Amino acid sequence: MTGIINYGAGNIFSLTAALNRLNIPFGMINRPEEVDLYERYIIPGVGHAGAAMNKLKSSGLASIIPVLQRPVLGICVGMQLLTAYSEEGNSELTGIIPIKTLLFDKKCKLKIPHTGWNKVRLDKNNALFKNMNAEDYFYFVHSFFIEFNSKFTIASTEYGLKFSAVVQKDNYYGVQFHPEKSGSAGEQLLTNFSLLV
Amino acid sequence: MNPIIKPPTQLAKRIIPCLDIKDGRTVKGVNFIDLKDAGDPVELAWQYSAQGADELVFLDITATHEKRKTLVELVKSVARQINIPFTIGGGIIEIGDADILLNSGADKISINSAAVRNPDFIDQLAKLFGKQFVVVAVDTKSIKGKHYVHLNGGRIATNIETKAWLLEAQERGAGEILLTSMDHDGTKRGFDCMELKKINQLLSIPIIASGGAGSMDHFADVFQIADVDAALAASVFHYGEILIPELKQFLAEKNIPIRTL
Repeated sequence: MTGIINYGAGNIFSLTAALNRLNIPFGMINRPEEVDLYERYIIPGVGHAGAAMNKLKSSGLASIIPVLQRPVLGICVGMQLLTAYSEEGNSELTGIIPIKTLLFDKKCKLKIPHTGWNKVRLDKNNALFKNMNAEDYFYFVHSFFIEFNSKFTIASTEYGLKFSAVVQKDNYYGVQFHPEKSGSAGEQLLTNFSLLV
Repeated sequence: MNPIIKPPTQLAKRIIPCLDIKDGRTVKGVNFIDLKDAGDPVELAWQYSAQGADELVFLDITATHEKRKTLVELVKSVARQINIPFTIGGGIIEIGDADILLNSGADKISINSAAVRNPDFIDQLAKLFGKQFVVVAVDTKSIKGKHYVHLNGGRIATNIETKAWLLEAQERGAGEILLTSMDHDGTKRGFDCMELKKINQLLSIPIIASGGAGSMDHFADVFQIADVDAALAASVFHYGEILIPELKQFLAEKNIPIRTL
């Protein structure tokens, strides 16, 4: 069963709706001791990364995140929380993946937030992308991005520059797009995650 | 003048059908062949998402506040069954309205007259829910060569110039603009590409063009001439005059970045 880290990250209705559609069983993790009940974890998140980190801390769940032994999927701001730092509010984050979350440069003449469907190019083979195309479209909506890193980036997207669409370090995965809003490709990714052990 | 050189991206231009909702039902007639219930917004939304729509906009024109509970139930049903993003607009005047829609699964809300009457509402929404949640819809109409903001579905003229208002909305925290040209809306003669182009160059947030779609060429024009991020239409989709898979194929053949299924 998949446990959703329930730290008050804002709306998770669409995420739970997608899991229900896909018949992926899930529960809510409200306290650290509930972690052992689950085989894998999703960290949701919308809005401000610094604010999300503060909520994670005040929920008492921040300390368990770095010691999770089973597959973890961070979505959008939930992914950014896995990095060391965000330019959004100059926030120190969990540092599980030692890379940075940066603001898209306004000088680049592209619209911010990066809003809509963009291509995700798979850079490394990964179980998360089983039965998917090497270039599928996913739905993004974000103003801050995680820098491309040859060690941790497993899929990338171009928006003025190449950034991390998907990162992985050990059992920790993060996706910048919203799989729960990315049509059948997003549903396949959620299904693939639900099969990780 | 230096040309604007855009850095590389394959961000797709979005095609957005708009559904008018009253008391939880779609109001404009829809003549899809395989639709069991043409008035059921969820079934229609599902059809559009299956055809490759990139996003949906639901515009609630329900008059009374009590009946808005129906809207919340509708938003939940859509979020349960549809796997693409959607926006809800119409009658959102206070933070509580936005909060309940967000928690019912809406990806964005669209505000129009309420933002003009109380511009600080944009700041509050952006601060509480993030810019990405806030779409500011603007109805614009040309009067003696100048464009002015109109309210209440275009029925009430204001003396606010459209460009000034768009810049203010962006500054206050709008994450996206839904711009409807009253002069083109309903004419099926094409989007107001010249005006949209000027506005697109003025703003640094995404723009959804609305008003005037009548043919597939009009969609190509609005992306090629105005370079807007998304194009919205209602009747041409509802009446099956333009089919989304064909439209997307048509645009892709013109080398416009499009998500095809």
